[in-house]
Amino acid sequence: MSDKSRGAYWSANLRIISISLVIWALVSFGFAIILRPLLSGIPVGGTDLGFWFAQQGSILTFIVLIFYYTSYMNKLDKEFDVEE
Amino acid sequence: MDQFLINLIFVGASFALYIGIAIWARAGSTSDFYAASRGVNPIVNGAATAADWMSAASFISMAGLIAFVGYGNSTFLMGWTGGYVLLAMLLAPYLRKFGRFTVPDFIGDRYYSQTARTLAIISLLVASITYVIGQMTGAGVAFSRFLEVDNTTGLLIAAAVVFAYSVLGGMKGITYTQLAQYVVLIIAYTIPAIFISLQLTGNPLPQLGLFATHTGSGQPLLTTLNEVLVELGFNDYTGNHGSTFNMVLFTLSLMIGTAGLPHVIIRFFTVPKVSDARKSAGWALVFIALLYTVAPAVGAMARLNIITTIFPNGVQEQPLAYADKPDWMINWENTGLLAFEDKNGDGFIQYYNDANAPAFAEGLGWAGNEMVTFNRDILVLANPEIAQLPGWVIGLIAAGGLAAALSTAAGLLLAISSAISHDLIKSMLNPSISEKGELMAARISMAFAIALATYLGLNPPGFAAQTVALAFGLAASSLFPAIMMGIFSKKMNSAGAVAGMIVGLGSTVLYIFTYLGWFFIPGTNMLANTPDNWIFGISPLSFGAVGAALNFTAAFIVNKMTGDAPAEIQEMVEGIRVPKGAGGAVAH
Repeated sequence: MSDKSRGAYWSANLRIISISLVIWALVSFGFAIILRPLLSGIPVGGTDLGFWFAQQGSILTFIVLIFYYTSYMNKLDKEFDVEE
Repeated sequence: MDQFLINLIFVGASFALYIGIAIWARAGSTSDFYAASRGVNPIVNGAATAADWMSAASFISMAGLIAFVGYGNSTFLMGWTGGYVLLAMLLAPYLRKFGRFTVPDFIGDRYYSQTARTLAIISLLVASITYVIGQMTGAGVAFSRFLEVDNTTGLLIAAAVVFAYSVLGGMKGITYTQLAQYVVLIIAYTIPAIFISLQLTGNPLPQLGLFATHTGSGQPLLTTLNEVLVELGFNDYTGNHGSTFNMVLFTLSLMIGTAGLPHVIIRFFTVPKVSDARKSAGWALVFIALLYTVAPAVGAMARLNIITTIFPNGVQEQPLAYADKPDWMINWENTGLLAFEDKNGDGFIQYYNDANAPAFAEGLGWAGNEMVTFNRDILVLANPEIAQLPGWVIGLIAAGGLAAALSTAAGLLLAISSAISHDLIKSMLNPSISEKGELMAARISMAFAIALATYLGLNPPGFAAQTVALAFGLAASSLFPAIMMGIFSKKMNSAGAVAGMIVGLGSTVLYIFTYLGWFFIPGTNMLANTPDNWIFGISPLSFGAVGAALNFTAAFIVNKMTGDAPAEIQEMVEGIRVPKGAGGAVAH
């Protein structure tokens, strides 16, 4: 594979990783901790949305992120013809 | 049927299953022994990784940690799961492509340096050995409570079982026993939780029950829990009572540490393809989340159950009489992990926060909290008894707790033994060793590691609990940055990586020892471990993330001063970045 397409493959990978990690940080450090006061007006069963993100939502988001990344990379591997 | 007999049947049957798997999955080559010949289905590997990861701490301790602190300890839930996102995107697929057997293998080859390899071996051994002590003691507690054998006998039985499947089968045997152990532990954890959620909220899913209406009070469960806790002088459950800054930093340290723990990383060497490594991380997290989303429900519900057991008619009414104590309290009092003291001599148990005693306490003649010891570790183990579930559920919990401890112990022992036989003997001391010789060396180091772990389990150093901070700190501050830079910065050279590891490792160890004492020996700490003394208010437990940042910084500065990595290394990194051409196991 040429250096150029190798570079394009890698920057596409870095881009999707960056987007995923922004979401990763937003749901955990953001919604669950730092931004929790902002979400305190949204009630969830006896508490607020921030608490739900801290004990349930962030974990569920992490799972979605990994599977999305996996399917995105499988497509990218095919597109750049670098799959096994 | 007698409870002891039920426990014996459950534990005995699960052990017989593990031994059966050990005989079926014997290892014939080093590739079998280190990486199960890279033939493991990614979903199976996900379940094995989940069992490998979920230790006695996850199974036994985590719900208790959450129960007695509430929201503030959500850090463990996010920290121990968020690391898998980092693993899936930043480490696992590339390490699988690299195609070796161990973490020091990658660090040594990528940085073309025996110094870097040695630093990686040291970090790995310290992190894994400290971690394994907790597993062996956890197994000992479960044995002594449920099988009424003494601690020593229990530990020796556990060691013999682990010996059978890990020495015979290596990674191959460990993988398939971990799969079985995952099934045992997840059933054991969720069944009591489902029963309890049904009892308290009528909702069979604990994840929903946590936010559902409490049938006893007609309002949300968490509202009821907050009310009774505040009435008894405790902090409310859902509020934030700690430092937000440390919460963020501690969560981040756990995430980075999780991603850098060698016994987890090596599981991703066992799948056939690079894309399988990504997928496998996702499945691992699904299997982990099955327990981790249930744990906070178990914590909150158990806390409420304990209070309603002691105050059956409301907190300002007549509490439970000592004469009417349920069996579970008597059983756990025998272990010393639960203790009562009738301070006012009225024959009734008063449980409240006497440091912040409610106004009505004095009027009712309360003279201090009478549940003087409640070890958080007994919460999950006692949970079925607290909720008055049938005897077979208790037998299940016994088998599950042992499965969690043994599966993690086996993964750690493999990481330790492969670091010795592969990295120390094959890569450094005796490169000409034959494959047969290396396999024998791997088995001997495994046996040696088990003996060491058993010894440490029987004579646990007083600092066992604190060393977990050290394990995560080391993984976060030395291994994670070195591996990540090895993949994402192709110019990073050996001097930069070595400097980074020394700075990361050194600063973390120094910071932890400053507050917790040199080698955790009480009294040798230079500063008292209080928030006023912490630099910028950073708790020693949260320092791993700072150590990692220092590692990255030092590595980039030294790399700038000493020139880039050689062209062939940069070419190798280019190769790691694309999945094509990973192929099977590569010995070298």
